[in-house]
Amino acid sequence: MIQEETKKATYTIPVGPIHPALKEPIRLALTVDGEEIVDVDIFAGQVHRGIEWLGMNRNNPIQTMYLAERICGICNICHPFAYALAVEQAAGITPPPRADYIRTIAAEMERIHSHLLWAGVAAHEIGFDTIFYLAWRVREEIMDLIEYVTGNRVTKAIFQIGGVRRDITEEQFPRIRQSLDYYKSLFDQLKKVFLDDKTIQMRTRNVGILKTEDALKLLTCGPSGRASGVPKDVRQDQPYAAYADLNIKAMTPDMVTGTVVGDVYDRIIVRLLEVKQSIEIIEQCLEEMPPGPILAQPKTAVLLKALTQAEGEGVGRAEAPRGEVIHYVRLEAGQSTLATWKVRAPTYVNLMSVPTILKGMQIADVPIAFASLDPCMSCTNRMVITDRVLGKKSIMSYAEMRHLSLKKTEKLRR
Amino acid sequence: MELQTPEKIIDSFKTALGDGVINAKIYEREVAVKKNKFRSLWVEVKKSAFRDAVEHICHLQEYPHLAIISSSDLGAEVELIYHFTIYYGHHLEELSLGLRVKVPKSDLKIPTITDLIHGAVFTEREIQEMMGVEVVGIPDKRRLFLPEDFPEGVYPWRKDEKGPPDDMLRVLPGREQK
Repeated sequence: MIQEETKKATYTIPVGPIHPALKEPIRLALTVDGEEIVDVDIFAGQVHRGIEWLGMNRNNPIQTMYLAERICGICNICHPFAYALAVEQAAGITPPPRADYIRTIAAEMERIHSHLLWAGVAAHEIGFDTIFYLAWRVREEIMDLIEYVTGNRVTKAIFQIGGVRRDITEEQFPRIRQSLDYYKSLFDQLKKVFLDDKTIQMRTRNVGILKTEDALKLLTCGPSGRASGVPKDVRQDQPYAAYADLNIKAMTPDMVTGTVVGDVYDRIIVRLLEVKQSIEIIEQCLEEMPPGPILAQPKTAVLLKALTQAEGEGVGRAEAPRGEVIHYVRLEAGQSTLATWKVRAPTYVNLMSVPTILKGMQIADVPIAFASLDPCMSCTNRMVITDRVLGKKSIMSYAEMRHLSLKKTEKLRR
Repeated sequence: MELQTPEKIIDSFKTALGDGVINAKIYEREVAVKKNKFRSLWVEVKKSAFRDAVEHICHLQEYPHLAIISSSDLGAEVELIYHFTIYYGHHLEELSLGLRVKVPKSDLKIPTITDLIHGAVFTEREIQEMMGVEVVGIPDKRRLFLPEDFPEGVYPWRKDEKGPPDDMLRVLPGREQK
């Protein structure tokens, strides 16, 4: 088999034996026929840090909250979110309604910053660096707002079991609204830049197509799934936090273009629409936020004792910027750690669609097509390219591949 | 597709599998201000009825979403929970469905479901390498996350003698070996 051919040339980094959360580096083995990709194989696990094992063997459930936050640098709201929901279900804790609203606001701020970050990366992948700078300049505003609301720019540490750490007060509302207004005033411009630009259209239309049926079969979730016409969004589908009170609708590309193609362009549309949707959700939450406490049990020692004595299991699902995050937690009475902890990040399932997306495409399209899934990994460091005709194997660096991508954009522009 | 209530779904499981269903329960919780209900289903089936149960879920929804398989080492047996969701795409109607099956360690095997749900292959590869459950008929037998030089017969999630031995665990500077 082709896999066997490429296996010997691939590069393996032996990192910790325990649990994978599928973040950061990954390796794809592409089999190419000239410029065309005929087969793709995925090798994961290079940044395997054994996080679940630590939750099951070292940390107590409260410490594990902060460990969950460190599963991912970008999704450090949605992992604690799903973890808190799972533990609360297992231990029978109900967070106060005000905490539900603050959690929702935090999660939506994360979505805005993550989608804008992605927009910049996507532009960079096709060599459109002006837009990369523009998108990341625009993103600074939400980063400042996150710092203003949570106290931290990146790792927010706002989630606690049974509530949140910090309240959002009336005095803070004008500052929050100011940022939201800034984005609203920019939205039409962003839409024009990303959807009407000829170069972007040429590089993204009909590239990296994932058909609806394939998306359903391969369990693709999040914006990538929605761009293929699967209206699956945890915020819409399951009542959790303040989303249960709101009327949320999953964004699909046909809302703008009238059809679903399932290509990279459609994924841009979905993410743009979701930025707008997130702004509306935050505004609605600010208006409807109920008064009251923000934490079910403010005393950590009492909470820890209750968690140690609790017996039960729970599943927490939350919609991350990239799709559904699910945490399964099992607590056993008298055990100081979690009995079982299973985390699934959205990229775990979205990776399975990579071979389908890349097959039949050119090597120059790989960066943008792969990035269009917004995989939660720092980069596709190395790929092993096997030329089927010549039988030659070589490792192509990311920089070389990006160079190919830039050349293609230049060629199309002429 | 007609959406059924959780009670009806449990009844349909009992009709389809007979005494293959060991127990089934509904979990409910009120959320936020409007007190909409979060609901999830937990169905435990015998190992012999497991494939039929997955097929039954595929009848409830054409493409059920399999999120993950979680596994717990319970001593003499390994508990697998297949976390499905059905009825997605409908506002607040989606149901979490945890399909629980216990496999004795003396015969640690479970049939693959990749023929029914293509995307199950990653998570099946994972329980195979991490828990040592042999997935019979899996199309891709390779490891998913563990490196190739990881020793055979050591399963990180196990809590018995097949779990990682102490000398495999790195002790942080300034800490003592447990």
